[in-house]
Amino acid sequence: MRLPDKTTTMRDAIGEITDGATVMIGGFGVPGTPFCLIDALVQQGTKDLTIIKNDANESGMGVDHLLKNGQVARLITTHIGLNPRAIEMMNAGDMAVEFCAQGILAERIRAAGAGLAGILTDIGIDTELGEGKQRVSVGGHSQMVEAALGADFALIHAGQADPFGNLCYAGTAQNFNPAMAMAANTVIAEAEVVRPLGQLAPNTIHTPGPFVDRVVELTELTEEYAVVRR
Amino acid sequence: MVARAARDIQSGMTVNLGIGLPTQVIEHIAADMQVCLHSENGIAGIGPAQPYDAADRNLIDAGGAYVSPVAGTSYFDSAVSFALVRGGRLDLTMLGAFQVSMHGDLANWKIPGLFTPGAGGGMELAQKAKQVIVLTTHTDRKGRSKLVQECTLPLTARGCVARIFTDMAVIDVTPKGFALCEIAAGLTTDDVIKATDAPLAVPRGKIPTF
Repeated sequence: MRLPDKTTTMRDAIGEITDGATVMIGGFGVPGTPFCLIDALVQQGTKDLTIIKNDANESGMGVDHLLKNGQVARLITTHIGLNPRAIEMMNAGDMAVEFCAQGILAERIRAAGAGLAGILTDIGIDTELGEGKQRVSVGGHSQMVEAALGADFALIHAGQADPFGNLCYAGTAQNFNPAMAMAANTVIAEAEVVRPLGQLAPNTIHTPGPFVDRVVELTELTEEYAVVRR
Repeated sequence: MVARAARDIQSGMTVNLGIGLPTQVIEHIAADMQVCLHSENGIAGIGPAQPYDAADRNLIDAGGAYVSPVAGTSYFDSAVSFALVRGGRLDLTMLGAFQVSMHGDLANWKIPGLFTPGAGGGMELAQKAKQVIVLTTHTDRKGRSKLVQECTLPLTARGCVARIFTDMAVIDVTPKGFALCEIAAGLTTDDVIKATDAPLAVPRGKIPTF
């Protein structure tokens, strides 16, 4: 018995994404952001996307290319302070932005991946983010219903993978990747290295292969993956 | 102010330093201090910041600064990182502010129509850390007090701030409102009162300086 091989090309993997799709993208700043998958999506020109990502990267990097190209109708995020274009587009009404508390975004995504309908939390209950959300009393404490958040596609960046889609992340590049890699109908992972089956120690695998649908090995790391000079 | 704030970090604590001024606190923590610095992007045990040439491209804090590990550092995903915050494992967080009210309300994520960066992990940090300290300039760029009776900007969390470090003073938030604790060298009590847009309780006797 042999585990299935899910390796494919960048073009074929991204080619499945169509106009109007909801796409969650891993990464927090540079670490864990799948820049090559994003670039392929920019090349493809897919429009009217709903993007779910912790942040909007910085000017000239990652998600900013999608924004510049007018491909994003809606952004679900936690912080866009490092991307002036995102703030500008939001203020001008060119893109809808839905803010979510960072850990709640992670849990909503995790819930979707875990087959749960949502979570109960009091985070943001006294703020604008709490307005209009269903309230439930648990043990005498008021909580809000935060719906699970899944997507049509997840774009993931892994340091190492194998052909079955087992994934290992490096350093702080984990961030949203493990949760997102569980929460989309089609999970596409790019990996810096794809090792033969059996070469990743089972206990070091962060994302188990059954969650992943497509594996793309990167032929080179573009400049965007490098240390940012400030 | 930053150096003074660092003195509030106690041995054994797990601490999160927010983006902006609070990040500078790390430079004032003694090398032999037993403390675990957490950052919400998924790291516990943050060491000194790294210059460009020595930086690891996969190792940043939530503010995007390249950091180093210490002996015993761990990395984890965002869900675990905020489990640590909401689960009550964070002893102290130091955050920036647009406004702090005399009731301890914090606003630091949205200036409608002008600058809305988003709260990032700020709501969870403000609501769930055991102690919330704010580091901020006492006034904004236009000279308006950031310490107010009621926040006019959208809230990050209600009644969360215990203490405020500014360039002018150390001020506690008590059930009765702002209370002056310490004052920056060279300033008078009147200077602080004038720059504060809310009642300020001033203790009797000499007020310590920093």
